[in-house]
Amino acid sequence: MAKMNLQEKLAVLSDAAKYDASCASSGTTRRNSAGGKGLGSTEGSGICHAYTPDGRCISLLKILMTNFCIYDCAYCINRVSSQVQRARFTVEEVVHLTTEFYRRNYIEGLFLSSGIIKSPDDTMADMVRIARELREVHHFRGYIHLKTIPDAAPELIEQAGLLADRLSMNMELPTDAGLRTYAPEKNAEEIRRAMGRVHERKLAARDQTHSGRRGAKFAPAGQSTQLIVGADGANDATILQSSTRLYSSYKLKRVYYSAFSPIPDSTAALPLIKPPLVREHRLYQADWLMRFYGYEATEIASATTGGMLDLTVDPKLAWALANRQVFPVDVNRAGKEMLLRVPGFGTKSVARILSARRNGALGYGDLTRIGALVNKAKPFITTRDWSPGSMTDAENLRARFAPKPEQLSLL
Amino acid sequence: MIYAPRLPRLGVFDVWRDAARALASNDVAADSVNWAMEEACDTLFGQGAALPAARAMTVPKEFIPLAKLVCASRATGAHDLLYRVLLRCRNTPHLLNNRADPQVQQLTALAKHVRRDMHKMKAFVRFREVTPQGSNRRQFLSWFEPDHRIEELIAGFFVRRFADMDWVIVTPEVTTRFDCGTLSHEALASDRMALSDDTEDLWRTYYANTFNPARLKIKAMQSEMPKKYWKNLPEADLIPDMIAQAEARVLQMQQTAPTVPPLRAARILGRLPARPEQARGQKPD
Ligand code: SF4
Repeated sequence: MAKMNLQEKLAVLSDAAKYDASCASSGTTRRNSAGGKGLGSTEGSGICHAYTPDGRCISLLKILMTNFCIYDCAYCINRVSSQVQRARFTVEEVVHLTTEFYRRNYIEGLFLSSGIIKSPDDTMADMVRIARELREVHHFRGYIHLKTIPDAAPELIEQAGLLADRLSMNMELPTDAGLRTYAPEKNAEEIRRAMGRVHERKLAARDQTHSGRRGAKFAPAGQSTQLIVGADGANDATILQSSTRLYSSYKLKRVYYSAFSPIPDSTAALPLIKPPLVREHRLYQADWLMRFYGYEATEIASATTGGMLDLTVDPKLAWALANRQVFPVDVNRAGKEMLLRVPGFGTKSVARILSARRNGALGYGDLTRIGALVNKAKPFITTRDWSPGSMTDAENLRARFAPKPEQLSLL
Repeated sequence: MIYAPRLPRLGVFDVWRDAARALASNDVAADSVNWAMEEACDTLFGQGAALPAARAMTVPKEFIPLAKLVCASRATGAHDLLYRVLLRCRNTPHLLNNRADPQVQQLTALAKHVRRDMHKMKAFVRFREVTPQGSNRRQFLSWFEPDHRIEELIAGFFVRRFADMDWVIVTPEVTTRFDCGTLSHEALASDRMALSDDTEDLWRTYYANTFNPARLKIKAMQSEMPKKYWKNLPEADLIPDMIAQAEARVLQMQQTAPTVPPLRAARILGRLPARPEQARGQKPD
């Protein structure tokens, strides 16, 4: 095989990395290089430097170190049994791409992941070398996300956590049985154990800081994982239950949901369907409700059909439609938890309502100015000058929100 | 009596604040003040009356950051609205917390537009390398067209991030320079510069390959990266072809039959530690 140049390698190794949904670069410690030494800064919220026509944000240079892999995960373009072209970056090449892209303001940092070469330890050690070179030789202060390999030695994960802002390990399949079937070399228990270790290590770093000694920051932007949706038979209720477990046991920052999409050179074992993008979207909405709106996975599941989220209306509205007995809510009296359950009220609108109503009872027009989606909310609320009457319990309430059926066109 | 403070292109917030303090602390009604940028040079009011001497006055602490943003706004009446809200703040200290108030709502909307403009500038400035031979600091140049007068507000971001290199950001009205660690602004009219450098090819390669054709969502892309920014983004001229070919690429993936695993697959898998046999039941081929 002719030797590939940097551009050819970049094409192969970014193509291979794109099935990872995460591109977040927010929530880490604030750093900058204003002293004149080093390059880069992080200031809380991440920045999307470009968008591709798939609507996804480009914040990080998301690449694989190599797409050679000794494992055989059915859903993955890099599995050993795939015929895809293989490539491998050197340490210097990854460092060069990261810093040169960064200097031109294309990216916030690096998301490095890798196929497994030789052994999990060898692979992880190479990834750590890249991160160390960036941090210690180039004084790179931008964002680094390392995909960690669960089977790698704890010392390597320790080093990774000290160099990176975020660590992630992908569960990929929502159930242990799914993982056994489609990723036979992986082990769900092992992944959870590794997540648990990272979580404990983060806690330890925090305790040290409390006791006065400054402990080194460990993965300050937390850890995340990804679940593939639509490759195995898991339904949404099962997926949300898995997420709840991951959030509560390991305090994950994010669970990403990635609609399984056809990959080049796929195996016969998996469906080559159109990726279920709406389903993915509904799962993100449900996940959001669990994290910021106080919903339990079981509550969301209770408003599904056979464990699947309603694709026509969002999960918050679905829950409200299924629980109309608790509505309408009085905007001028209700507590925060109840206001958060009103369709059309986001966390920001709720905060504004709580602070604005101290200046006097709110009316319908005030809610519009506050930025609430009043049209959506109106069957579920009362205000100084509005009451929904029989609207709340109307038979056709769901139809009001469901999109109009598409017009058939004549051929 | 009509007052007509004139606001300069650079340092607009400081001038607005000094004038507003002088006027508000003397209870000058908003209708007696005509705010305008110097460049607008309308002669109707000329310089207006001389500003009265300022007296001490306090403002709620949320007012200052809001005022800095709104001062940068190009929206008509922005400086006037800001002054009106300042006057009302004196008797209603919690006014800014009341988002249901129409003037507060308008003012926060103006600030939001400026903040969004700043965010887009952080995102879409593209530096091109112009380091001359023999220079010991690397030099970069960028052209950007912001909607509002945000050059001074945003410069700190680039200083904190790119302190080890020299850079210049040119906009139609202001040139911002960071030269050997020193930041400066100059009000200077400039025409658009078409720039490029070698690394752009690598970036374009990345952009094209990180795109998944099976998930086309053109509207989502355009709402976040409106077309008006495209002409200064090296990657943007790839977009039409990427969209046009997406469907065919997906179809091709679906129609290509699964391939036979390369020979080395069996060899490598055979070397891995043993795993339960039934687990491999679903193996392809
Ligand atoms: S371990 Fe599995 S998911 Fe990861 S690169 Fe290898 S085949 Fe793909």
